[in-house]
Amino acid sequence: MTDLRNDFVGIKSPNPFWLASAPPTDKEYNVVRAFKAGWGGVVWKTLGEDPPIVNVNGPRYGAIYGADRRLLGFNNIELITDRPLDVNLREIKQVKQDWPDRAVVVSLMVPCEEGAWKKILPLVEDTGADGIELNFGCPHGMSERGMGAAVGQVPEYVEMVARWCKQNTRMPVIVKLTPNITDVRNPARAAKQGGADAVSLINTINSIVGVDLDTMAPNPATDGKGTHGGYCGPAVKPIALSMVSEIARDPATAGFPISGIGGISDWRDAAEFMALGAGNVQVCTAAMAYGFRIVEDMVEGLKTWMEEKGHARLDDFVGKAVPNMTDWQYLNLNYVVKARIDQDDCIKCGRCYIACEDTSHQAITATKDGQRHFEVIDEECVGCNLCVSVCPVENCITMERLTDGVDPRTGQPIEREYANWTTHPNNPNRVAAE
Amino acid sequence: MGMSDAKRDVAAGRLPSHQVQENFADLHPPLDRHGATVEADRCYFCHDAPCVRACPTSIDIPMFIRQISTGNPHGAAETILKQNIMGGMCARVCPTETLCEEVCVREVAEGKPVKIGHLQRYATDALFADGKQVFVRAAESGKRVAVVGGGPAGLSCGHRLAVLGHSVTVYDARKKLGGLNEYGIAAYKTVEDFAQREVAFILSLGGIEVVTGRRLGADLSLAQLRADYDAVFLGAGLGAVNGLGLEGEDLDGVVDAVDYIAELRQAKDLSVLPVGREVVVIGGGMTAIDIAVQSKLLGAQDVTIVYRRGKAQMKASGFEQDLAQTKGVKIVHFAKPARLIGEGGAVRGIEFERTRLGAGDRLEGTGENFTLSADVVFKAIGQTFVPDGLDGGVRLEGGRIAVDGEGRTSVPGIWAGGDCVAGGQDLTVAAVEDGKNAAHSIDRALRGAGA
Ligand SMILES: Cc1cc2nc3c(=O)[nH]c(=O)nc-3n(C[C@H](O)[C@H](O)[C@H](O)COP(=O)(O)OP(=O)(O)OC[C@H]3O[C@@H](n4cnc5c(N)ncnc54)[C@H](O)[C@@H]3O)c2cc1C
Ligand SMILES: Cc1cc2nc3c(=O)[nH]c(=O)nc-3n(C[C@H](O)[C@H](O)[C@H](O)COP(=O)(O)O)c2cc1C
Ligand code: SF4
Repeated sequence: MTDLRNDFVGIKSPNPFWLASAPPTDKEYNVVRAFKAGWGGVVWKTLGEDPPIVNVNGPRYGAIYGADRRLLGFNNIELITDRPLDVNLREIKQVKQDWPDRAVVVSLMVPCEEGAWKKILPLVEDTGADGIELNFGCPHGMSERGMGAAVGQVPEYVEMVARWCKQNTRMPVIVKLTPNITDVRNPARAAKQGGADAVSLINTINSIVGVDLDTMAPNPATDGKGTHGGYCGPAVKPIALSMVSEIARDPATAGFPISGIGGISDWRDAAEFMALGAGNVQVCTAAMAYGFRIVEDMVEGLKTWMEEKGHARLDDFVGKAVPNMTDWQYLNLNYVVKARIDQDDCIKCGRCYIACEDTSHQAITATKDGQRHFEVIDEECVGCNLCVSVCPVENCITMERLTDGVDPRTGQPIEREYANWTTHPNNPNRVAAE
Repeated sequence: MGMSDAKRDVAAGRLPSHQVQENFADLHPPLDRHGATVEADRCYFCHDAPCVRACPTSIDIPMFIRQISTGNPHGAAETILKQNIMGGMCARVCPTETLCEEVCVREVAEGKPVKIGHLQRYATDALFADGKQVFVRAAESGKRVAVVGGGPAGLSCGHRLAVLGHSVTVYDARKKLGGLNEYGIAAYKTVEDFAQREVAFILSLGGIEVVTGRRLGADLSLAQLRADYDAVFLGAGLGAVNGLGLEGEDLDGVVDAVDYIAELRQAKDLSVLPVGREVVVIGGGMTAIDIAVQSKLLGAQDVTIVYRRGKAQMKASGFEQDLAQTKGVKIVHFAKPARLIGEGGAVRGIEFERTRLGAGDRLEGTGENFTLSADVVFKAIGQTFVPDGLDGGVRLEGGRIAVDGEGRTSVPGIWAGGDCVAGGQDLTVAAVEDGKNAAHSIDRALRGAGA
């Protein structure tokens, strides 16, 4: 039996799919619908001090589309919850009572003063919520008021607030990190240092989705003016994955629990985040784009894949890709590949040719014996994968490893032993090979 | 057979007028912006794209599709019109399934080509809707060129010459310009008077004078044109229709398809056109398909195309044949007309002999005959060139004007192109290319001479 049950810093949920703190988790009504649909948990839309903030009454969202208007990237200038604190607390308590098997975590953002945190923590504790998430990520609006990303960008503050929270509540503390920072490992280390139980990442990325060239206003605009918003959705997944992996690999935070967030739209995305070290995942944009039912496929898809791979529990694959993340300097420089174009699959569009010819290594033919014919010239191919990246036919171009003889490009014999930059003769700082 | 029992039935208004209008609506409704964006996204922007090679006018198809996808339809239209001034009409009438779309890598790979024709229409429609002129004439060269025939070949030649700075006079025997765009193409391919809108766009460039109602060989002489102009381009198309070579071709109800189509295209109200109940069409090309389909759309009950060879030998493309069949036209292969059956001076039926391909693929009769009753028999077995007014000086080849690769005839100073020249494809797009090609040749000759 494949077991999808998730235990994240002691918070239990029937599956690893949580809804991230955002509009889908802003009210009891939405959260109940989500639980009915099958979501394992929620991080309640960020609570703040009363009086509640106000949102703009103009558009909050902007989007980047594919040709068929598939939502690829999403941007928002929404602030934290705009509902009174007591209303949210009452609803949280009700939901937790009604859905005891689901995870209910409460996201918080109050001013960077210990008193403010001391005041709100007992109120949250009283709801019976399973934990708190500190929103140090919100990149717009709240950061202008010294909260959100303004805290998340200063590791000392992250550590300090995490410590206050740990000292003032029994609940597990998750620190949600902002990606709007040079090195995400610093706030992650600070969160751990401050005693937090976990980090979650990423929050949204500073962004402007576009400029209306008629009105010269950024998009979205309120009365002709715009402000940078937070970017999320499928477009941010690669950035989020990398940040998750950095924290997972960092000796200072290795093994520190991570809740993965950022562009997760399906079970495969989720599995990838978990393979890179996330103990569970959170989803926002995909739910906002398609509704809560997508969790059905997430649950089924993950289960089917785990069965196929023989993973009985989530822990069987969490972090399994982390050891394969390394630094560039440790990549095997003796691994030599050449592109191979399957002539049966080739539809002769010539895109590989023009890409390699114009912008790379002139390693593909356009004609052979006067005929339109695309073939790799091994003497020139550096194995860069550009042709694969631009080929419209899946698996038509593949990379084949050379294991014997000589690399026709360099004239150097193919070595089977691993050797990296640290010992390479061209490296002025090389160390002697052992 | 019983054809003498029933009355010959040719009548107007077989269908209510709104039904006829609906039947003759746009064959392919135009793409909207979203549809165009999605379709444009399917284009791979191929290197040295096969579609460009397959287009007789060499439109840079990947480039114009990319311009559509970047939200630049005017730029796309300019890319198209630069190579093919009738890109709008061609988008509607080209048999793309045997031209650009046939070699689209996505046709080869998946049997689903990028809809190049529809995208081309989207771009050119956008430009026409905004009424923008994209061409600028070069400085006046002081040279004057006469163009005989204002069809695709003549207009394309005249337009390019005007762009290059020459002064052009287009003479046409008919009242309106456009040639078969105006008088021949199936009505549902070019709705809303597109042919005339396109002519207006072409003429709006300036530098092109138009003289209609003048026919070479009647009101115009080649000698005079040569005397009055620095060069002459002949684009008179095909003036006559092939006959069946049977007795009774002058019976009432035995009709040249192209004449009837011309009448149809000019009719203000299609529901007043007389249509036969039982219609037989003889031929296997685009004209046969067009007359059959349009007869059906006007309300004919039974329409049968009879072609003497097989499906594969039909000049009409597979798409056209399918179109006819989905409209309810029956296609009979391997039968040739043997005898027209008349009664009281009007046709009542036609007898066919079945054929087969014999040795060396030679067509031969089988001796087995059958008869179809008919209220109307349409002849659509090809057109011929009428060499009126050529004064015997211009050399012909297989009955059409002989030209070299640049469109030069045997007489210096006279160029020709389109359907009237030998070795052509008898397509709108090919006529446009001929005209453009000849214009550049004329330009070189005139500038060379002037230098
Ligand atoms: C019924 C029918 C349907 C067709 N459908 C298609 C189609 O769907 N797609 C496609 O690509 N092609 C189609 N074609 C073919 C296409 O229309 C022709 O290839 C194209 O129009 C040829 O252009 P042109 O300029 O050479 O000749 P034309 O279009 O025939 O133009 C010749 C012009 O010269 C004028 N003219 C003729 N004689 C004289 C004279 N002596 N003096 C002065 N003026 C003269 C005529 O009035 C006419 O305006 C079709 C043809 C027919 C008959
Ligand atoms: C409209 C909107 C509002 C959001 N509000 C919050 C918030 O109040 N608190 C918070 O921690 N994150 C907030 N987020 C960020 C999301 O929780 C999440 O971190 C981010 O969208 C990345 O995940 P995704 O790509 O699945 O959307 C918000 C996101 C969106 C789109
Ligand atoms: S792998 Fe890179 S260098 Fe080799 S053929 Fe492909 S694009 Fe060219």
